[in-house]
Amino acid sequence: MAEQIKKFMYINRKAPYGTIYAWEALEVVLIGAAFEQDVSVTFMDDGVYQLVKGQDTSGIGMKNFSPTYAALGDFEITKIYVEKESLEERGLTLDDLQHLVWEDEDEDWAEKDSIRLVSRAELGEVLAGQDVLFNF
Amino acid sequence: MSMLHLVNKSPYENGNLNTASSIMQSGDVLLLIEDGVYGAVKKGKASAMLAGHTVSVLGPDLAARGISEDKLADGVTVVDYAGFVDLVEKNDKVQSWL
Repeated sequence: MAEQIKKFMYINRKAPYGTIYAWEALEVVLIGAAFEQDVSVTFMDDGVYQLVKGQDTSGIGMKNFSPTYAALGDFEITKIYVEKESLEERGLTLDDLQHLVWEDEDEDWAEKDSIRLVSRAELGEVLAGQDVLFNF
Repeated sequence: MSMLHLVNKSPYENGNLNTASSIMQSGDVLLLIEDGVYGAVKKGKASAMLAGHTVSVLGPDLAARGISEDKLADGVTVVDYAGFVDLVEKNDKVQSWL
């Protein structure tokens, strides 16, 4: 029986430290990556805050899990959608976020950007094309 | 009689900052903590709600979220945990907008 590859989308809509959702989502994404599905991740609404660079949690007694996002590329998670409207409303630009990349083995391991900046309308189309949606 | 208003949720997630900022009286102080600190970012839409108020943010919560102090709205002051206690002590009442 042929393996059926499904398109999995993980949607992140919460800020990183106020609730456990962001951390739990990251764990589930990394576990799910082991099942060799077609995985994408979305950051929208307050979820865009998860990718803000320069996080330092030493003063609040919580683990800073933001460096882990840089590992997504190594797990062949190369499609990371960030919603443009969510950034703009919060006064953020792509420059405020971590620069996430993956290495393309078909092009001599060339480093490529993982983040795709999309409008809400474009994101709607992306979501419509998925098989399974996971919300955090 | 002054009141210290605490907001710990993102203004982009719920209306707590809107409620607090519109109910505050002259002499009251607003302290943004946890995800509430996102409301203090100058370029964010929500910072408009801070106009005319005395506003502080909790420094450790800012740092955890990668927000440097130069990104804060004009007039917002940063306090540490000891400064948080000072604000509680200086004001007559504390209202937590949970």
